[in-house]
Amino acid sequence: MSFFFQELVNGLTTGALYALVALGFSMVYGVLKLLNFAHGDLYMVGAYIGFFVIQWFGGAQHLSIAVPLLLVIMFVLAAGLVGGLGVAIERFAYRPLRDAPRIAPLITAIGVSFFLESSALLLFGAQYRVYNTADFISLSSGIQIGSVTIDSVQILVLVLGVVLMAGLQLLVNRTRLGRQMRAVAADREAAEMLGINVNFVITATFFLGSALAGVAGIMGGLLFNQVTSTIGFIAGLKAFTAAVVGGIGSIPGAMLGGLVIGVAESFVTGYISSTYSNLIVFGILIVVMLIRPSGLLGRAQLQKV
Amino acid sequence: MSVDPQGPKVGADEWVARQAHRREYLPSWLGDAQRRAERIGWWPRLAIAGLAGLALPLLGLGGFQLQVGIDALVIALLAVGLNIVVGWAGLLDLGYVAFFGFGAYGYALLSSSQLGANGIHLPYWLSLPIVMIGAALLGLAVGLPSRRLLGDYLAIVTLFLGEAFVEFTNNVAPSKLGGPNGITGIDPIQAFGVQLLTNTSYFYLLVIVLVVTMAVLRLLEYSRTGRAWRAVREDPLAAAAMTIPVNRVKLSAFACAAMVAALAGTIFAAQQASVFPTDFDTPILILIYAGLILGGTGSIAGAATGALVVMVIYDGLLRSPAEASLLFYGLGLLTLLVKLRPWRRLAAVLGATIALGFAAHAIAAAISSSAVATGPQSSGWLGDGLRDWVIVPANPQTAGNVGFVVLVCLAIALVQVKGRWRTILLVPTIYLAAFVWETRLVVEPSITRQLMIGAILIVMMIARPQGLLGQRRVEVAT
Repeated sequence: MSFFFQELVNGLTTGALYALVALGFSMVYGVLKLLNFAHGDLYMVGAYIGFFVIQWFGGAQHLSIAVPLLLVIMFVLAAGLVGGLGVAIERFAYRPLRDAPRIAPLITAIGVSFFLESSALLLFGAQYRVYNTADFISLSSGIQIGSVTIDSVQILVLVLGVVLMAGLQLLVNRTRLGRQMRAVAADREAAEMLGINVNFVITATFFLGSALAGVAGIMGGLLFNQVTSTIGFIAGLKAFTAAVVGGIGSIPGAMLGGLVIGVAESFVTGYISSTYSNLIVFGILIVVMLIRPSGLLGRAQLQKV
Repeated sequence: MSVDPQGPKVGADEWVARQAHRREYLPSWLGDAQRRAERIGWWPRLAIAGLAGLALPLLGLGGFQLQVGIDALVIALLAVGLNIVVGWAGLLDLGYVAFFGFGAYGYALLSSSQLGANGIHLPYWLSLPIVMIGAALLGLAVGLPSRRLLGDYLAIVTLFLGEAFVEFTNNVAPSKLGGPNGITGIDPIQAFGVQLLTNTSYFYLLVIVLVVTMAVLRLLEYSRTGRAWRAVREDPLAAAAMTIPVNRVKLSAFACAAMVAALAGTIFAAQQASVFPTDFDTPILILIYAGLILGGTGSIAGAATGALVVMVIYDGLLRSPAEASLLFYGLGLLTLLVKLRPWRRLAAVLGATIALGFAAHAIAAAISSSAVATGPQSSGWLGDGLRDWVIVPANPQTAGNVGFVVLVCLAIALVQVKGRWRTILLVPTIYLAAFVWETRLVVEPSITRQLMIGAILIVMMIARPQGLLGQRRVEVAT
C-alpha cells in the first residue's frame, strides 16, 4: 500500500507541473481560440533560465547566495522573461492573424515552436544541462508519513503549484482583469463593444500563461534535473493532454486534467512498465475525447450558423 | 487559375471576380512571363514538368544530387496527399506522417525476413495494394473522431495518433518491429520479374508516380467527391443542408490521404532498404507542412512545387556552406529587389547597408584587432568580398549568439514600426543578419535548416497565407 501512496505523491507532483503548463495553454485557448503549440517550448525556455541563474551564482556546488533567495530569483526571472517572450510571440506571430482562417495561426504556432526549439539548439547547444538539484536542496529533508517520503523539492512544487492555481482562480473570478478575460473568452466582439481593451486583455493573458509555463520550467528542472532543447515538445504534449482531458478553456479542467495525467503516468510507470507510459497517456486522451469530446469539465460547444 | 480579363464569368460573384483580378504580378518582364505562363493549361504544364523531371538524370546527376531528388519527390508526394485532407477537406491532420510510417513499415514487413521463419517476400504488385488498403482502413479509423471533434480537437487527437505511432514502433514487439533499431534488409521493389536496384530507377519511378498521382487527384478535385470536400471545408452545416453526407465525406478525405501517404511510404522503404521510427517523427511532418504552406494549400501543383522547393533548399543547398551562403545572400537580395519600392529607396537602403558595413568594420578594426580577428566563415570569392565588410570577432560563437538574439528582437521591432523608421531600421537589420550568418549560422547548417523551416511557416502564414501558387480565399464574414 505504501508503494501506492508513494506513486500517488509522485504523480501529484508531476501532475501539478503539467497542470501549470496546461493552465497557460488553456487560458490562451480561452481568449484566442488558438492552440498555442509553442507553449511547451516556453516551458523549455524557463528551464534554461533556471539553469543559467544557478550558473550565474556560482553553480550548484558553490552557490554564492542563500538557497531560498536563489529560488526566488529563479522563479521571478523565469516568470518575467518567459512572460515577456510570450507577449512578443503574440505581437509578432499571432496578432496579424487574429481574423485569419482558423488553420493559419495553428500552423504559425507550429512554426514558432520549431523556431524556438532550434534557436535554443543554436544558442545553448545539444548537450544536456544538469541542475544538480541534490547539491543545494537536501532531498532527504522532507516529510515522512509512514513509509511514504515527500522530499523537499516535491513539497516546493506541490505548495507553489497549489498557491499559483489558487491565485489564478482568484484572479480570474474576483478581479476586474479576470472578468474582462472571461468576457473576451465568451465573445470577443461583444467585449470590444462594451469598451474592454481586448488587445490589452489578450496581452495580459499571454503574459500570465507564459509566466506559468516559465515557472513550471524551473520546477521541471528541479524535479527532473535535466534541460535540453527538446524537452519542450514532450512537456507541451503532456500539457495538451491535460488541458484537453479537462476541457480546453476551462481553468479547473486544466488543473484536474494535469493531476489526472500525472497520476496516471506515475501509476503506469510504477505498476506496468515505463516503456508504455506515453502510449497509455495518449490512449487516455483518445478515449476521453471519444466519450466526452469537450473534455471532463468542458461544456459542449454549440455550432452557430 | 486564369481569370477571364473580360470580367466576371456567368455564375461567378462579381466582387469575388474583381478580388481575384487583383493578383500580384512580379515587376517588369518577370510579370509578363508570369502572365504568359498562366495561359498554358494545367495538363500541358503537368506534362512539361513530368518530362523535365524524367530528363533530369540525363544531365548526369551525381549520387548526392540524386538522393536529394528522391527525398524531395517523396516529400512532394506526401504533400500532395496531405493537400487532400488539409487543403480540400479543411481538416487539420497532424498525424499524417503516421500513414507514411504505416506504409513504410507495412512494406518492410511484407518484403523482408522479419516475419515468419523465412520472412515474407511479396512482389510489389501484391504488397502495394495490401498496404494501401490497410492504410485506407487506418485512415477511416483515425478519421472516425473527426465526426464528433471539431477543428482544434481533431488536430490534437491526430497529433497524438502520430506520436503514438512513433511510440508504438519504438516499444511494441521489438522482435518484429525492431524497436529503435528499425527494420533493415528490406527488398527492393520487384514486380513482373523486374527489380529496381539503382537510385536512378527509383528517381524515374517517383517522377512517374508523382505525375500519375497528381493527374488522378486533378480528376478527383472537380469530381463530385472533390467538390463535396471543399463544400464541407467552407461550411459543414450548409453542406449538410445541401444533402452532402458530411461525415462520410470527411472519412473519405482521410482515407484518400492515407493511401497516398502509404504509397510514398512503400517507395521510401524500398529505396532506403531500412526503416526507423525516427523517420516518421514530427520534424518530417513539419517539413511536409512547410512544403504545402509554401506552395499553397488547396492547390495540387502548389503542394508539389512547394515541397520540391523546400526539400531542395533544405536537403541540397543548405548542406554545404558555400552553396548555403550564395543562397542566403541571393535570396536576401532578391527579396529586397522585389519588395522594396520605389527603387530610390532600394538604392538608399543598399548603399547605406554597404557603407555601414565598411564603416563598422573600419571602426572595430581601429579599436581592437581582435574584434575583426576571424575572417568571414563563408568560403571562396564571397568570403573574400566580405572580408572588409562584415565584422567577425575572435570569438565568433558568443558574438554570433548575442547577434542572433538582437536580430530576432530587431526583426520583431521592424514589423511593429511603420514608414520611415522601418526603412531606417532595415539597414542595421540587414547588416546584423549578415553578421549572424557569417559568425554562426553558416557553420551550423543542420540548425540553420530547422530555423529556416520554422521561419518559413511563420512568415508565409503572415505575409502570404495562400502560399506561392494558391489562390487567396475570399473570407465571408460570419
